[in-house]
Amino acid sequence: MEKTLNQKAWFLVLPVFLLVAFSAVIPLMTVVNYSLQDTFGNNKFFWAGLEWYTELLHSERLWSAFGRQIIFSAIILAIEVPLGVFVALNMPKKGVWASLCLVLMALPLLIPWNVVGTIWQIFGRVDIGLLGHTLAALGIDYNYTRDPLAAWITIITMDVWHWTSLVALLSYAGLQSIPEAYYQAAKIDQASRWSVFWFIELPKMQGVLMIAILIRFMDSFMIYTEPFVVTGGGPGNATTFLSIDLVKMALGQFDLGPAAAFSLMYFLVVMLVSWVFYTVMTNLDKKAGY
Amino acid sequence: MMGWMAWTLPTAIFFAVIGALLLIMSVLAIRYPETPRMGILRMETTRGDRLFITLLGSAFICLAWLGLVGENLWWVLGVCFVYALAVFRWV
Repeated sequence: MEKTLNQKAWFLVLPVFLLVAFSAVIPLMTVVNYSLQDTFGNNKFFWAGLEWYTELLHSERLWSAFGRQIIFSAIILAIEVPLGVFVALNMPKKGVWASLCLVLMALPLLIPWNVVGTIWQIFGRVDIGLLGHTLAALGIDYNYTRDPLAAWITIITMDVWHWTSLVALLSYAGLQSIPEAYYQAAKIDQASRWSVFWFIELPKMQGVLMIAILIRFMDSFMIYTEPFVVTGGGPGNATTFLSIDLVKMALGQFDLGPAAAFSLMYFLVVMLVSWVFYTVMTNLDKKAGY
Repeated sequence: MMGWMAWTLPTAIFFAVIGALLLIMSVLAIRYPETPRMGILRMETTRGDRLFITLLGSAFICLAWLGLVGENLWWVLGVCFVYALAVFRWV
């Protein structure tokens, strides 16, 4: 690798640096300051040291929310990634149908999150919702406001409905970029459909799939609006994920100190996972020679 | 002065240390440009990467200490320092 001789280009980064400072770094510093203090409002703070961190690290509430969050992200990734790839593999490659499919697939992504929540909240209601009413008519006991399992199924189905398209579209873009020569070579070798997928399509989609997994993991790990609108974190605490719990703590209880400590631990986990994904992705790119 | 953003002396020192580290690393990067190297994680890292791994890892070490041992963080500061040396030497 050549050594850089002129470092003046760094000044071009200055505007972005200032912007990030005001939009992220300064608020983050404030959160750090809050996390070590207690306040009863009126901008008066009392030193609490590491009390909030110790309390939260031993808190059953935080660990159960964290557990639910991990389970939720794992389930939606396990469904959305294979399903998205399957949809992408079966989408038409060119022509009018390809364009139509792309538009249809993009539609759920365009709906605002609170609207998605409202749609599913109504859709699942036993009294007026199509899904809830139909299931009740079939004799299935389904009520997401009372039964934790029904609430989880509703939220997972909603997320799959909302976001599988993203995985499918990214996988589709990856598939479209595979040169025809690979398929021709596979045909000459009389490769089976499975071999074409396993040895050509999947390795070529690796990069975009990593991006899809990263985006979906981060988004699901920070999910707030949709489950909040559908279940409000209930029944009980069954669907109280990390961000819902955080908002309850910060705005519901006005416990700014513990909420700030909670945010920082949440932030550290998100940063760790992002870094792992980023490192894996850049290493894959280097191996592929980009 | 300290009331702004709810600053306290310990947090101000904490951020000043982080800021100073970033400044020193930037100056080092300009004065002594380096090439990335391969370490035990089997990936290329620069000095900046190693600083990031050190800071992020240290945050987790401190949290683990708080959760498992207790609030006296002076010992864990030593552990983080050893961890930093290991990261800069072998990662």
